Amino acid sequence: MTDKFPELEDEQSPERRMEGLKALRMFLWLAVVLIGALALFAIFGGERHSAPQQRTTFADTVGGPFTLTAPDGSAVSDQTLAGKPFAIFFGFTRCPDVCPTTLSRLAQLRQRMGTDGSKFAIVFVSLDPEHDSPEDIGRYVALFDTPIIGLTGTDTQLAQIVKAYHVYYEKVPVEGGGYTIDHTAAVYLMGADGKLQSIIDHHEGADASLAKLRRLVK
Amino acid sequence: MTIRPFLSAAVLSGTLLLGACNSAQETESPVGAEATGSQIAITGAWSRETAEGQDTGGAFMTIANAGTASDRLTGGASPVADAVQIHTVDMAGGVMRMRQLGDPLDIPAGSSVKLKPGGLHIMLMGLKQPLKRDETFPLTLTFEKAGAVEAEVKVEPITSEGPMGEMAGGHHD
Repeated sequence: MTDKFPELEDEQSPERRMEGLKALRMFLWLAVVLIGALALFAIFGGERHSAPQQRTTFADTVGGPFTLTAPDGSAVSDQTLAGKPFAIFFGFTRCPDVCPTTLSRLAQLRQRMGTDGSKFAIVFVSLDPEHDSPEDIGRYVALFDTPIIGLTGTDTQLAQIVKAYHVYYEKVPVEGGGYTIDHTAAVYLMGADGKLQSIIDHHEGADASLAKLRRLVK
Repeated sequence: MTIRPFLSAAVLSGTLLLGACNSAQETESPVGAEATGSQIAITGAWSRETAEGQDTGGAFMTIANAGTASDRLTGGASPVADAVQIHTVDMAGGVMRMRQLGDPLDIPAGSSVKLKPGGLHIMLMGLKQPLKRDETFPLTLTFEKAGAVEAEVKVEPITSEGPMGEMAGGHHD
């Protein structure tokens, strides 16, 4: 036996055993500290990852403060609109196709909703203040035979709302002079709390849009 | 004595004029169509009313080619606008992008091309006055083979997506 395990025999000495136990105790403490640190990291590190996801859904990033000008020259802000749901669309009056189609569809859907149709506002924002004066926009929206809030603003004011609503727009030159404006064609449905509730896509059917508007005014 | 030559001259010139008209009507269009193989007809042309200050408009229609050869729409003119262009609308990525068509628009033989909202349209640039609901205005479209073809464009309310007859016909989508 002694021949077989000389080292073990050596460690069995009292001093050596004490040293071994000390090392073990040290190791265990280290393990406790390490596990504790890992646990703390898991708790706080995890929270750091999940908290922003809970608070910032896509809907939360759409909307916010803005100030624009109405056809009568008065200022209209997100605060003016607060308390009532609204459908907001961005375009320009010289857009001969998609803009009138979108606004007239909204007008028709509002009609189909009967009395509920007056429970939301329709807002049209012109991205072309260079051409569209507030008065021009007033005359344009009046053609739709339903109340539409027609707005525009300075470049700075437009930059604010365009950023708030994630709207893409770009002026593109047209042959023979002038320009057209590429722009986001979606209609944003904003709740009475000013938060995004849904989006109407240009290609969806009227019944799908109608269901969204009915939910908006519920 | 003085009346007879006058009368005969009047009768003679009248006959000549009629004859000229008849021969023009009888010969020009059938021969033209046979020569080019293109027979263009424009139907259901309509436009949306515009507001004062809104100096562009769009016109929509069906262009049919009943001939045996394809034709191409190269441009047009109208007294209501400074310029007439052919535009197309692209909605990729939820963004509306309107562009002038780079090449003339093909109108294949024996078929028709529909210009409608969300696709192709005739762009009226620089409107001289607003297009008023229920009025009509002339539009001349120019084709490579058929030449100039006249259309009468009906101005519809801005909320229109096409004449009632077309919507009932199931073209509305």
